[in-house]
Amino acid sequence: MLTVSGIDVAYGRSRVLFDVSLEIPDRALVCVMGRNGVGKTTLLHALMGLLPCGSGRVTFDGSDITGWRPERRVKAGIGYVPQGHEVFGQLTVWENLQVAWEVSTAAKASAIDDALDLFPRLRPLLKRRAGFLSGGQQQQLSIARALVGQPRLLLLDEPTEGIQPSIILEIEAAIVGLHRDGLSILLVEQYLDFAIRLADQYVILDAGEVARAGPASELGEPAVRQLLSL
Amino acid sequence: MHVALAQLVTGLSISAVLLLIALGLTFTFGQMRVINMAHGEFIMAGAYTAYMLQGPLGHQSLLVALPVAFVVAGAIGLVLERLLIRRLYGRPLDTLLVTWGVSLILQQVARDLFGAPNVEVRAPTWLDGGVDVGGITIGANRLFIMAIVVVSVTAIWFYLTRSPQGRRTRAVVENRQLAACSGISTTTVDQRTFFIGSGLAGVAGVGITLLGSVGPTLGSNYLIDAFLVVVVGGLGHLRGAVLAAIGLGLLRAYVEYWSHASIARVVVFLAIVAFLQARPQGLFVLKTRSLQ
Ligand SMILES: Nc1ncnc2c1ncn2[C@@H]1O[C@H](COP(=O)(O)OP(=O)(O)OP(=O)(O)O)[C@@H](O)[C@H]1O
Ligand SMILES: [Mg+2]
Repeated sequence: MLTVSGIDVAYGRSRVLFDVSLEIPDRALVCVMGRNGVGKTTLLHALMGLLPCGSGRVTFDGSDITGWRPERRVKAGIGYVPQGHEVFGQLTVWENLQVAWEVSTAAKASAIDDALDLFPRLRPLLKRRAGFLSGGQQQQLSIARALVGQPRLLLLDEPTEGIQPSIILEIEAAIVGLHRDGLSILLVEQYLDFAIRLADQYVILDAGEVARAGPASELGEPAVRQLLSL
Repeated sequence: MHVALAQLVTGLSISAVLLLIALGLTFTFGQMRVINMAHGEFIMAGAYTAYMLQGPLGHQSLLVALPVAFVVAGAIGLVLERLLIRRLYGRPLDTLLVTWGVSLILQQVARDLFGAPNVEVRAPTWLDGGVDVGGITIGANRLFIMAIVVVSVTAIWFYLTRSPQGRRTRAVVENRQLAACSGISTTTVDQRTFFIGSGLAGVAGVGITLLGSVGPTLGSNYLIDAFLVVVVGGLGHLRGAVLAAIGLGLLRAYVEYWSHASIARVVVFLAIVAFLQARPQGLFVLKTRSLQ
């Protein structure tokens, strides 16, 4: 579904990712892991077109999307949930969903309703300004906003970071459900247990390179734990 | 008492024109971090549009001039945005210098096309009279200007809060990256904002023809005051712009009456400096993550 081949990504002169390659197969849930500051968010920014790739290619469903603008990638079927529960704080919860739904050409009429079914906590809050929601509610809204465009691939950047346990469980259940329904997912996650429960495959970044990748069953191995510990 | 009332009307009609001009400035800055010194020339373009139309259409051409000036000024703004300004997004200082140059060029173009002396736009006959209120006569032209502005601002408010395009605009103003990653074409939104902002200045230009004659530097006379409205109101804020425009317009009208135009300027500047000491961010703060 998504193939990343040998991309380099830099902020100005400081290079963060070196020759990164990875593959998200159809309907798979791939977990990208690595220590703080290793470049996980940078990778997702490059995949969304927020940062240019210095070299290498990104292909989605057979088309080379390397130079595409972010909104074109969204229209092609990639949904993105940024790190840190980002929402449009001045817009209401409903407007956050509506604004994304209105620009998606593919989404069906019930897309907003379907997203709300996944996060029923948001229903009574539709008229509230998103800036007034709790962090957990904002994270759910952020995921729902990415889903109303009915993507075929979802990129999630640490969706459980700083969220209380009961809401983590709801988010986990939602991700499991989406995965089961056939959505391909790239999940950036720090917690090994969470990754072990959800992932089909994993990729570990270290010092800006892919240090190790394989089936999720390997995640319990000491060598993998070593790469993730500080 | 009569004087106070008469100056209130004068002040409010100045406020109204300033508000219309400031709206475009405040949104192009709030959304794209552009300081557009050529904004005044959109006003001029609107005023000359009214002048051009009175030839073929005669006295009653003003109502036609309003929408036409909106489109003409909007189109000039859009061309400027496409050719030049979009390359400078997020660099306020560069936009300031470049658009200042553009402003001088456009003034020269106007001089070449219409001549250096001022020209007159005759008001339609139905704006000749006035309305008597409490013993003083309020000029119909001033009432008409206020009506134009009330209609325009209401329309902008509905546009921003109720329409899909307005929703997208607010999303881009608040968080450009997130908007792009939600599938919103930020370029389209930028162009639309620029078109509307410039178009409103054109409408203001038509209104100004009712207050005096039209010349190549018409716009720059109003631009500084409009910038002051933006600074006091808080960048990118509709409500702030409305309040600041009313405040500045009234202050100017009253001080001007009791003293002199140039003293009024000084007093207004001093009042703004004092205000900004207390509230450097303006009346309202726009929380935005666009274009860090
Ligand atoms: N805008 C930027 N300009 C310059 N350097 C940056 C910028 N953003 C991130 N970096 C650097 O790039 C590196 C990777 O950052 P990134 O945010 O991708 O890490 P991460 O793996 O997502 O970390 P975390 O787990 O804390 O979210 C870091 O060293 C960071 O300092
Ligand atoms: Mg990160």
